[in-house]
Amino acid sequence: MASLGKNVLTAKGVTKTYQMGDVEVRALQDVDAQLREREFLVLLGASGSGKSTLLNILGGLDSATSGQVHFRDTDLSYAGDSELTQYRRRHVGFVFQFYNLIPSLTAKENVALVTEIADDPLDPAEALELVGLGERVDHFPAQLSGGEQQRVAIARAVAKRPSILLCDEPTGALDFQTGLIVLQVIERINRELGAATAVITHNAPIAAMADRVITLSDGRVTTNVVNESRKAPEELSW
Amino acid sequence: MTSLHTKLWRDLNSLKGQVLTIALVVACGIASYVTMRSTWSSLYESKDTYFEKYRFADVFASLKRAPESLVPSVEAIPGVSRAYSRVVQMATVPIPELTEVARAYLVSLPANREPALNGVYLRSGRLPRLGTDTEAVVVESFAKAHGLMPGDSIPVVINGKLRDVRIVGVGLSPEYVFLGGMGDFVPDDKQIAALWIQRDVLAPAFEMAGAFNDLAIDLQPGADEKAVMRQLDLLLEPYGGLGAISRHKQISNFLLESELAGLDQNATVVPAIFLAVAAFLLNIVLSRLILLQRQQIAALKALGYSTLSVTFHYLQLAFVIVALGSILGLLLGAWLGGALTELYAGYFRFPTLVFRVSADVAFVGVGVSFLAAGVGAIASVLQVTRLSPAEAMRPAAPARYRRGLLDRLGIAWIFGVSSMMVMRELRRRPIRLALSSLGIAAAVGIMVVGRFGSDSMDNLIDVIFHKEQRGDLTVAFLQPQPIGAEHELEMLPGVLDAEGVRMVPVRFSSGPRWRESVVTGMPTPARLRGLIDRNGVEATLPTKGLAMSAKLAEILSVKVGDEVEAEVREGKRPRVTLPVATLIDDSFGLQAYMNIDDLHRRLGQELSISLVQLKVDPDGLDELRRRLKQMPAVAQVTIKSVVVERFKGQSAETMRIMTFLLSLFGAIIAIGVVYNNARVSLSMRARDLASLRVLGFSQREVSSILLGELAVQMIVGIPIGLVLGQYWCQALMNTNDPETYRFAVHVSTASYAFATVVAMGAAVVSALLVRRKLSRQDLIEVLKTRE
Ligand SMILES: Nc1ncnc2c1ncn2[C@@H]1O[C@H](COP(=O)(O)OP(=O)(O)OP(=O)(O)O)[C@@H](O)[C@H]1O
Ligand SMILES: [Mg+2]
Repeated sequence: MASLGKNVLTAKGVTKTYQMGDVEVRALQDVDAQLREREFLVLLGASGSGKSTLLNILGGLDSATSGQVHFRDTDLSYAGDSELTQYRRRHVGFVFQFYNLIPSLTAKENVALVTEIADDPLDPAEALELVGLGERVDHFPAQLSGGEQQRVAIARAVAKRPSILLCDEPTGALDFQTGLIVLQVIERINRELGAATAVITHNAPIAAMADRVITLSDGRVTTNVVNESRKAPEELSW
Repeated sequence: MTSLHTKLWRDLNSLKGQVLTIALVVACGIASYVTMRSTWSSLYESKDTYFEKYRFADVFASLKRAPESLVPSVEAIPGVSRAYSRVVQMATVPIPELTEVARAYLVSLPANREPALNGVYLRSGRLPRLGTDTEAVVVESFAKAHGLMPGDSIPVVINGKLRDVRIVGVGLSPEYVFLGGMGDFVPDDKQIAALWIQRDVLAPAFEMAGAFNDLAIDLQPGADEKAVMRQLDLLLEPYGGLGAISRHKQISNFLLESELAGLDQNATVVPAIFLAVAAFLLNIVLSRLILLQRQQIAALKALGYSTLSVTFHYLQLAFVIVALGSILGLLLGAWLGGALTELYAGYFRFPTLVFRVSADVAFVGVGVSFLAAGVGAIASVLQVTRLSPAEAMRPAAPARYRRGLLDRLGIAWIFGVSSMMVMRELRRRPIRLALSSLGIAAAVGIMVVGRFGSDSMDNLIDVIFHKEQRGDLTVAFLQPQPIGAEHELEMLPGVLDAEGVRMVPVRFSSGPRWRESVVTGMPTPARLRGLIDRNGVEATLPTKGLAMSAKLAEILSVKVGDEVEAEVREGKRPRVTLPVATLIDDSFGLQAYMNIDDLHRRLGQELSISLVQLKVDPDGLDELRRRLKQMPAVAQVTIKSVVVERFKGQSAETMRIMTFLLSLFGAIIAIGVVYNNARVSLSMRARDLASLRVLGFSQREVSSILLGELAVQMIVGIPIGLVLGQYWCQALMNTNDPETYRFAVHVSTASYAFATVVAMGAAVVSALLVRRKLSRQDLIEVLKTRE
């Protein structure tokens, strides 16, 4: 088991509300959560429970209505656009639920988009190799299957060697075999590069890979459990 | 090349159609601006250079006769730098082929040197020399009209004696850019000449040896022109001075300046509207194009790109398009401007007419376009980055549609699901509908403005030559003739009707206010002369008292029932008081009319006429002209159809070309806007539409949703555009000096139809292109990719 260190990310009392006309939607309510150095965290929860919202706030893609978020010693709660941009650029690898690839760029170019602005990136081809897409580097998103697009998104996220890797349902669209490959990649990044990793999933068995599992329900944290031991991806089945 | 650059080129490539049409919109805006402004400034600069180089005088004075020894006294007037004395006389040129006798200004040239002022530019040949023959340089317009070349001879009646004058040169002078009297509406090159002859030849012929009857004066810089003219008038008074005239009032230059001023105003308002509309449309279209990439903008932000670099990326996209349009526009503007200037060269008689695109014109045209594009691009990017990346990246939330009136009435089913979707989409995005319609309206509006020059020209011809002057021929007398002259003319063969009028130049005054005008005395009711107001309605002339332009009454501050002072500006210069009987809200000039008997009674004169309008049988025209030529009292005969033709041939020709260009530009802009509008809404709703196809809607039903939206935009936009066009024309009209020109805005039905048809045509073509795009759309691909 990896040695877990201090918190990389700490969320305290985070609340997120959306105003929809006269209705107020509480996506997160007073949530405390933390991501430790080198840790592999899994976020579970029913659809609409607030997982993506939490991950977006942790990744600096969105800001909380109230509460605090710290990255190491930096307070992100009051960070402005340029600080958040720097934070995302330097430290965060994000795999979006809806991939968000640039349709006019090939797989390799989508990855290069990130490596060009990162400090010590992997080579884009190498990153795609890592997710098993070495053969498809010159394909445009529209020429790739959903799972392949997802893997490009993962290559794009890991290529910068992020200190934090945040993945929103990375296996959601994938069959078991491909999902396994993707999880192996993520696990390897976590292990070899030491990136603190948070993964959202609907597949409860995946939680067995994690160092720790947080469950959300109706915008609140219901459980926050440390696993005794961490299984390798290939030991899982779902 | 970074990935963002790759993205830039790929985007440009996949948006080819839109890039091209937007660039064309920019190009048309810039081209119309550059063409018209540069043409004007080129004409203006050419004029200035010409005047400078050929020493056009500052002040002119004519007199009966003064000894040469007076010249030093003129030069002694403070402010005068140089006085150049000449002999200038009128003569007739009885060229046999001409039905009417041509007139000529005879202008003296000093022996063996250049004239000190009002130099002569020689197009060909040489200056006259002393010898046995009478040699002359002839003005180019006359030479061209008659095919005269150095070596030819023409008959000239000089002070009553017929002489053969040998042409030795063809030339031009700043003094005679436009030849002809003030009274000539459109001078005929064939009928008016200027001949430069050695003073040693000319002076003796008019008993002017050692004397002069014309002065051209150059002022010192900063001299008080008015004071000089006052002193000059005092000095020349004993010598029969006719009053000094400033350069501004010199006939040729006055016409030239008013022509240039007219061009200037046309070349200011119209291209400004075009440029502004193009910029506005550029702004809308680019904004939408960029907003389509909302999710990509958000993704770039999420990946760690700064707002600045994302903005810069989209600015590049915008600027590549604008740069393309600018280059096209500048090239097109330079080319068209050159061609237009060439066209004017036949009209403005300058030695050389150099076309040049001035840097500031190019700068304004290009600058405005870049600004509009830049603002549009930045605003769109910021609109997206204002949202958190998480929010902007999410596929737009399903929109909240509301049930509209049709639904509530329960009759929506009549129109089918497609039209219901159209209506709901439009209700959901009223601002988008408003902007799209406004864009279409602006495009329609500029097409109307573009054709307006031609419309006003037609209207002017219609009012002046058809409604006001109803005769075919006008005979002007040298002196007012007794009324019997009218009968004499009526008796001539081929004359169907004759009607004489008396023109009396007057200065009206009322208190401290005064204006120059002419009272036209005519019979009531007149058969061949109409008084037409701004609405094209004929006004009736009262049998007693004045009918005057409402504008003149306004300036004099008099109303119906008041009296005005009239000082007659001819003969014994009597002063009379005339009652104002009626006002005519007419379209141009400061006019006054009176019953001809009443006019003479009040002047205390016998009934007389100075002008007769004739209605003639076209077959007898030639014979009639020959007979008129033999009548000594006749000063000038004008044939209406010839004047109309000449008028149409001159300013109207350039006007029509301008109109053609502007309506072409307007049409291209309209097409660009409509097409982009349709394309953007296709892209915006590609997913919705693809989903509908998957749900089982037919190709037809889906495209009818998209085209329905376009149709609604057109239906809203076109009428607004026609009104907007009319409004812009009014603004254009308002730049005229109301004392000379105040026509009601008259946009022809043809122009409205043109604007409407082009807009509809653009819509149909765009609709077809969009339909094709839609049918080629790979449903799976659209549904699969998430931007
Ligand atoms: N922009 C928004 N406006 C209004 N409500 C929102 C918005 N974004 C999310 N929500 C609401 O916030 C709640 C949490 O959404 P979130 O996307 O975090 O759920 P999730 O746990 O990721 O669900 P899923 O597993 O389906 O992705 C949901 O009820 C959702 O409807
Ligand atoms: Mg989610």
